[in-house]
Amino acid sequence: MKICVQREDFDLNAELDALKHKRPPVGAIVAFTGVVRASDTVSSLTLEHYPGMTEREIARHVEYANGRWPLFGVTVIHRIGELRPGDNIVLVAVAAEHRRAAFEATEFLMDYLKTQVPFWKQEAGQEKSQWIEARDSDEAALTRWHQD
Amino acid sequence: MTVLYFAWVRQRLGTGEEQIELPPEIGTVRELAEHLQSRGGAFADVFSEPKRLRAAINQEHAAWDASLQTATEVAFFPPVTGG
Repeated sequence: MKICVQREDFDLNAELDALKHKRPPVGAIVAFTGVVRASDTVSSLTLEHYPGMTEREIARHVEYANGRWPLFGVTVIHRIGELRPGDNIVLVAVAAEHRRAAFEATEFLMDYLKTQVPFWKQEAGQEKSQWIEARDSDEAALTRWHQD
Repeated sequence: MTVLYFAWVRQRLGTGEEQIELPPEIGTVRELAEHLQSRGGAFADVFSEPKRLRAAINQEHAAWDASLQTATEVAFFPPVTGG
């Protein structure tokens, strides 16, 4: 598994290429990229995190996903600092033998990244900035992983 | 013990980190939050709404009634909004 919390952007193709060469032979790679939405009112987004806990939390959820689905490789890259509309925020990429495991594990990891891993977003507008509020719908999304 | 604050909690308190000598009668996260609230000022404001806060002990999510017995680092922060 590869887990990075970084200021720099990531290279999607390079990350996918690295996953492609995992053994045993990879047949499916699913990648989710979160991007800062373009907006008339938001000029930038600043991401803060809890160094140490962030990496531990991500690793915990990746380990769980590895136990639940037959995965060959997982890459999670989350950016911090100031980001502009159109900038990449997060990459979750999962390699497996078949697509279903890769799709499900990617969604699982995104649902947990959104609700359990200590990142916080602050939006800056023309005049003031505000912290984004957590959404109940993100929390509710976790329940589907509790079944079976 | 190190106590950390993040996001708007950090901003409103004006500090991200402090060292606290834990009074012996404080055994849980809730009691620590109440202790911090009793300082008044911004601390009273922030800790008056525990429903808006989350906590971690030694870098793991912790419930409000979790024991501080093995805690060397406690953090208070808003519900997370990454991803």
